[in-house]
Formats: sequence, C-alpha cells, structure tokens
Amino acid sequence: MAEVSPLVILVAAIFTNNILLANFLGMCSFLAVSKRIDTAAGLGAAVIFVTTFTTAINYGIYHHVLVPMGLTFLSYIIFITVIAAFVQFVEMFVERFSPVLYHALGIFLPLITVNCAILGVSLFMIIRNYTFMQSIAFGFGGGVGWTLAIILIAGLRQKMRYSIVPVPFRGVAIAMVITGVMAMTFMGFAGMVTIQ
Amino acid sequence: MAHSGPVVCAICGGSGPCDGKGRETLRAGVWVTNPVSVQVLGICSALAVTNKLENALVMGAALMFVCVGTNLFVSLLRNVTPRRIRMIAEVAIIATFVIIFDQVLRAYYLEMSKQLGPYVGLIITNCIIMGRAEAFALSNRPVVSMLDGLANGLGYAVVLGIIGFVRELMGTGALFGHQILAAEWYTPNQLMILAPGAFIALGFLIALHNAITGVNKPEGKGN
Repeated sequence: MAEVSPLVILVAAIFTNNILLANFLGMCSFLAVSKRIDTAAGLGAAVIFVTTFTTAINYGIYHHVLVPMGLTFLSYIIFITVIAAFVQFVEMFVERFSPVLYHALGIFLPLITVNCAILGVSLFMIIRNYTFMQSIAFGFGGGVGWTLAIILIAGLRQKMRYSIVPVPFRGVAIAMVITGVMAMTFMGFAGMVTIQ
Repeated sequence: MAHSGPVVCAICGGSGPCDGKGRETLRAGVWVTNPVSVQVLGICSALAVTNKLENALVMGAALMFVCVGTNLFVSLLRNVTPRRIRMIAEVAIIATFVIIFDQVLRAYYLEMSKQLGPYVGLIITNCIIMGRAEAFALSNRPVVSMLDGLANGLGYAVVLGIIGFVRELMGTGALFGHQILAAEWYTPNQLMILAPGAFIALGFLIALHNAITGVNKPEGKGN
C-alpha cells in the first residue's frame, strides 16, 4: 500500500481506526490508569514515545533481517524482545539524564512492555505491509490515538464519582459501557479516511 | 472484586500433594476469580475476536493451549530460574507456545488465521498468561499448574463464547454462519458486531456476574 500518504495514515490511526476504540488494544493498562487525567496523560506520553521508536526498529529488523533470512515466523518473539529491551533502555537512560522526567514517567515504563498496543502496532504494520514512513506515521498516530481515548475516558470517569451508578455496574462494568459509547462517537469520524 | 479466596492452591504449593485442591483450582479459574469477568485481564482479545462465535472459540482454544503449556514449563523451571530474569524467561516461553499455535493455525486453517489477524500474536501480551505464570506456576508443582492454566483458559473461553454468541446472534441473526433468527421478524443490530457492541456486551456481562455473585462495593465508588 505504497500509494497512501503517511499523513492520511496518521489521521486514520488517531480518529477512524483508533487503536483502543476500534482495535481494542491496550485495554488492560487502560482500565487501570484511566481513573485520573494526569496519570492517563503520563502513560499516554510514554506510549507515544515507545510505539514510535519500536515500530521503526521492528520495521528495520523485519524487512532487513527476518525477511531475507526467511525467519518471519520468529517475528513475534523478536518484536516482544525489542520492545522489552527498548523500554528497559529508555528507563535507564531517562533515570540517568533526567530525574524529573523519570519521576513523571518512570512508574509507567515497566507497564508498557506488556501493553498490547505497542506489540499490536508492530503486528499491524506487518499485516498491512506499510512502508517505513507509513509505519512511523502509524506508530506515532496509534500512540496519539490511544492517549486521546484514554484521556477522554479518564475525564468521564472522574466526573462519574458524582453520579449514581446501578450497583452491579459499579467499577469496571460501567467503564466498559462508557467506552462503548465513546467508541460509538468515534465511529462518526468513519467517513473521513479509511485504511485497511 | 474483593474476593477472600484468591488462589486456593498457593497453600499447598511445593510441600504437600495438591490432589485435594484440583476442584478448587478449577472452580477458581472458571468462576470465582474468572480472568475476564472478575479480574478483567486479557480483554483486548476478548473484545476484538468475539464478533463471531467461531472466532471466539478458536481464540479460547488458543489461550487454553498457551496457558497450559506456559504454566507447565514455568513450573518445571521454577527452581532454576533466577528471580531477576524470570519475566524475560516467561515471555520467551509464552512466545514459543504462541508461535507454535500460530504456525499450526496457518498450516491447517488459513482462513481463520487471517480473520484473527494480529490477535493471535497478541496472546504474548495477554495479561492472563503472564499473571497465571507469576501468581501460580512460579510457586506450584507442574501438574496442578497445568490444571490452573486449563481452568483459567477455560474461564476465558467460556466468557468469549458467551460474548461471541450474543454478538453474532444479535448482530447478524446467525450462529456459526447459519441463520437462526428469521429475517422476516428480526432486523440485525449491526452495532453489536462493531466495536461499541463489544464494549457494551462485556460491560453487561461483568455486571451480570457481579449481580449473581453479589460482589458490590458498599462504599459506592461510582468510578
């Protein structure tokens, strides 16, 4: 799909094919941290950073190492190793050079290794056969889309403290239902651009 | 989710024989601490592949296979794995089983492999498997660990089956592709097979589980 501009993919990844609301990726950490806006934003920033870079690294490894050697079946284990190593590296780097950023971002970094949004972006990149620039746009857009969704829902969940929720729905159940409503509103963007 | 009986078998881990705990382990995995509807783990795939009952069941089988295999090997290696690198070791074991399942699916059932797309690979980051390896297999004997993996995989598969059943039936009026609800009087609600239907169906399922077991928070936090 070499003909689609990276800009289109960026917009599509944020709005029409939102990685959380349309592809359900990153739900676990989403439910854990979407109770407050500031923590949601912190994790979102870390996710944007890590998806963008791991997508680029995984693109290079997949197309220049695994494909020529015929080892594409190993892609899962390679991708998750790259992600884990990258997260570890970023954590050490940030701790050494920017203690302030480390305190803001630090606690979220280990969570990211098992965030399926990161691995999901790399896998979608392979399935949809993106070029390098498209992959970077998709990685960045996917992270931004995830952050947008999680911040919007954190805002709703903060307000929900003041509403009376039916007893069995309290907790996760009502969070799922409002996420469904949010997904419905994002479907309104569907006519803008489409990527497959 | 304030359950008093978390993992029953942790008591007998290592020392005594685990025979008497088999039923409790199964019950915990499938119902009491069901990984999806109580612990809310691994819901990415629970939402993504449940637009058809068939997809949901294949995904359930995949998770059962990976969870049993991972628990077995993590348990076998539990005394020789250094604590500091155990996470990496667990991820490597999980990824190996996922690759095996993925290759088998591609070889014998390519159509399904295409429909499930990236979600088979995403079993690697499914929190249920990592969670069971960490919470159970690391401190229990191989046989009972496998049973725990089977129970949790089954609990996941049952929930996926229910959601897949409801979504396919309401969204298309069919099950396994066969028309069940006659088109003369039932207009399929397309929303159910799209993304919002998945969130809402799972939300109602969790609420139903809460209503049956009576798990509520008396302090009434609305979030």
